Formats: sequence, structure tokens, C-alpha cells
Amino acid sequence: MLTDFGNIFIFILLAAVFVVFAIFLSSLIRPARPTQEKLLTYECGENPEGSPWVKFNIRFYVIALIFLIFDVEVVLLLPWALAYKSFGIVGYLVGFTFLFVLGLGMAYEWRKGDLQWDRPKIVPPVLDIKKFDTTIINGSEPQKKASVL
Amino acid sequence: MIFDWLSSLIGNEIIAGIICACLPLFLFILPFALVAVLMERKVSAHMQDRLGPMRTGYHGIIQTIADILKLFQKEDIMSNEVDKPLFNIAPVLTFIGSYAAFAAIPFTSNFIGTKLDLGIVYILGVSSFGVVSILMAGWSSNNKYSLLGAMRSAAQLVSYEIPTFLVVVTLITVTGTTSLLNLSEMQTGHFWNWMILGGPGLNLTKFLLIPFMIVGAVIVFISTLAEVNRTPFDVPEADSELVAGYYTEYSGMKFAMFFLAEYANMFAVSAIVSALFFGGYQSPFGYLGNLLGVSWLVPFEQLFWFTLKGCLFVFVQMWLRWTLPRLRVDQLMTLCWKYLIPFAFANLLIVGLLVVL
Repeated sequence: MLTDFGNIFIFILLAAVFVVFAIFLSSLIRPARPTQEKLLTYECGENPEGSPWVKFNIRFYVIALIFLIFDVEVVLLLPWALAYKSFGIVGYLVGFTFLFVLGLGMAYEWRKGDLQWDRPKIVPPVLDIKKFDTTIINGSEPQKKASVL
Repeated sequence: MIFDWLSSLIGNEIIAGIICACLPLFLFILPFALVAVLMERKVSAHMQDRLGPMRTGYHGIIQTIADILKLFQKEDIMSNEVDKPLFNIAPVLTFIGSYAAFAAIPFTSNFIGTKLDLGIVYILGVSSFGVVSILMAGWSSNNKYSLLGAMRSAAQLVSYEIPTFLVVVTLITVTGTTSLLNLSEMQTGHFWNWMILGGPGLNLTKFLLIPFMIVGAVIVFISTLAEVNRTPFDVPEADSELVAGYYTEYSGMKFAMFFLAEYANMFAVSAIVSALFFGGYQSPFGYLGNLLGVSWLVPFEQLFWFTLKGCLFVFVQMWLRWTLPRLRVDQLMTLCWKYLIPFAFANLLIVGLLVVL
């Protein structure tokens, strides 16, 4: 007797077999001529520089933590969503209280700036007009007079 | 059910299960990927006033097959620095993650991999499988672009899962079922029974629900777009800054598997959006088979409508790709946490109240 999840297991096995078979099939006909250059890590044609383990923005970690809270919350909401109708308005208020407390937590995170990512600081190129003007005037004044005359 | 029919025909449940699992892959995903890759190139070309592939066959229709034959012969370059076991497992896991979702998507009322009662919850569960394979690919490549792409991708996928899940919970409050098959059966009849127009039945609640259902559909479409890493949310594989994101180091058939999984994912999320809000496989105007009294025609019509709706959403995804510029990482996170999640929360509370009153 094959259960529902037994069927899904067959789907997963089939997907794995398909990928492995396709890669195996191509390995029969593809060339394999490795050279020193090919075996370098790809860095747009340059020789790789430094360690690939670069430093990360700490925000990625914070986002993962907040996600964990919200994911658990959604899992807790699922049975409520399926069953609250049979309890009428009381059932709704239970869920409302839960979501309200969670919303308070979210508002706190928002106020503390945990959802704020660094925005790029836009520095528009500023023309130093004073300097620019003086050079023009100093350089061109004699010529102008000459042309007027 | 196709599985019950096959097992009574063959007499062995395991073989019936294997055939049942082969059907979506060989009848649906592979032909769809062939069409979709060409469609993407043609759509992008015509939007930019180009012609796209023209040389291979009439208007380039066998271009994708030629590409696949080429990919089969490509050398599989694996740099010295990669972590070989993880590097080889990652493409397999990616495809498993996207194909497992197809086990619970109803293609017609008879053609579904498994009659799982938890359908949509299961699909959302296996879709987070993708995060693992993406991190695995990025980490094992030992490449700066791959690692940066994988970290961004993981942050994006986990963030956008929450609005999707909240909208799904909203729908569950209205329909009271988590099975995609029951959900699609519920929206039978004409298009005014679809969830986007308030669901079946004719009462005040249905009309009050319509605006909130539209908001829900928009939220779920945006967040599924982000979950398949399509433009404008393609920060993880931003071609102009990260080369190809987490699969920079992959080549040959392993790269093709990532590509296939991406297209399978595109179709899977389109099918989920259409099953949740747009009636799934249901025809908007009733069935010709019922009208003529030919009952075997109905499943084929359902398959046609399912494919049409799925391809329509895939086309919208391609359209958006060539219309909108890419978001920055901070804009991406702001959109998810400060706009989509609060809106989805408010939507859930209002819909919950409307349903219970």
C-alpha cells in the first residue's frame, strides 16, 4: 500500500535519478581537457585575489532571526485558520490577540531599526563654480579685451 | 484519479506510482522548458525591436533543441578550489526541490500526483528546499560571486516566504481547505466563482471579499516572483555585478539542470497562483464536453485551461523582466518587510473578520 507521502518519495527519487542520468549521459560524450587556466576559480579573467570568504553584512543574520519568529508564527496560525469559524467571533478574537502581540513585536523591531538596510549614500558630483569661474576669467580676460579692441 | 486507475490496470502500486511520477516530467516540464526558453528569447527580442533567433528552423523554433545538444557536449569544468561532493549534490537538490512541488499540483481533476490533504502547505514546505541547494552551490563553489549571490538569494527567499504564507492562510480562512484539488474543485463553474472574485456562492460576503482578494493576489504574485529570482527581484544573480550569482562556477549539464529547475519553478509558482486565485484548471466559461455530452473531453479541456493560465502568468513574468529595472538589496528588503508583510497581516485580519460575521 503506497501512501500519499510514498508517492511523493517516488517523485523525489525520480527527480534525482533524472538529474544523475542526464549528467552521466553527457559525461559519456563530452570532452575533458583540463588545463591550469581552466581549473582556476572564475574571476572575470583575472587571477583570483584573496579568500572567497568575504565579510558579510550582519543584516543577513538579523533577517534570518526575524524570519524564524515569523515562520513559527505562521505554522501556529494554520490550525487556527482551519478551525476558528466553528467558534465564531470568540475564535476570531483569539487569533486577533495573537496577531496583535506579534504586530507589537514587529513594530518594536521596526522602531529599533532592525528592518533598516544601509542605503547607498548618493554623492552627486558638485561643480566648484567659484574656482571654475576664476580660472576662466583670469585666463580669458586679456583675450576678450584684445578681441573687443 | 490517474494513480488509482493505473494501479488497477497494472496491478502493482509501485510501478503505477513510478509512471505517475514520470508523467509531469516528460509530458509537461521538459516540453514546457523547451517552449519557455524560446518564448523568453522571442518575447525579449520583440520587446526590444529585434527578431531573436531566426536561423535554426522556421523563426528559430528548434533553437532550444540545438542548445540542449550543445550543452550535452560541453566540458564540465570544475575548478581546483571547489568542494566536490557538495558541488555535485547541489544541482540534484535544486531539481528535487522544484520537482517535488509538482507532486501536489492538480493538472486536471483526475491528473494529480498525490491526493495530499495538506497540498499547499506541503508545496510551500518543499519550496524552501531551494534555499538549501542555493547555499550549497554558493558555498561549495569557493567563488566570491557565488557566495555573495547565495547569501543574497537565501535572505530574499526566506523573507518573501512570509507574505506568501500569510496570503495562503488568508485563503484557508475563507475556504477551510488546504488541498489544492479541493480548492480548484470549489471554484468550478464560471469565472465569477474564482477566488479573486470572492469565491463560490452568492451573498454579501462574496462582494465584500473582492477587494481584499485582489490585494492578496497581487501580494502573492509579487512574492512568488521574488521566490523564483526573476527580475525585478534578480539581485542574487544580477548579471551585471555578480556574473551569474550562485551558479557562476557551473558549466555543461550541471548548469543546464539549474536552468531547467528555474523554468520548472517558474511554471510551478504560476500554477500555484492560478490554483489559489484563478480557478486552477477550471474553465472560465463552462465545458464544451458537458455541453455536448462527451465526458472524456472534459479532462482535456481542463488540461488546456491549466496550461493556458500557467503560460499566461509565465508570460507576465517575462514581460516584467523586460519592463522593470532591478531593485537594490535594501529596496528589496524594504518592499518585503515594510510593505508586503504589514499589508498581508491587515488583509488576513480583515478577511478573517468578514468571514466570521
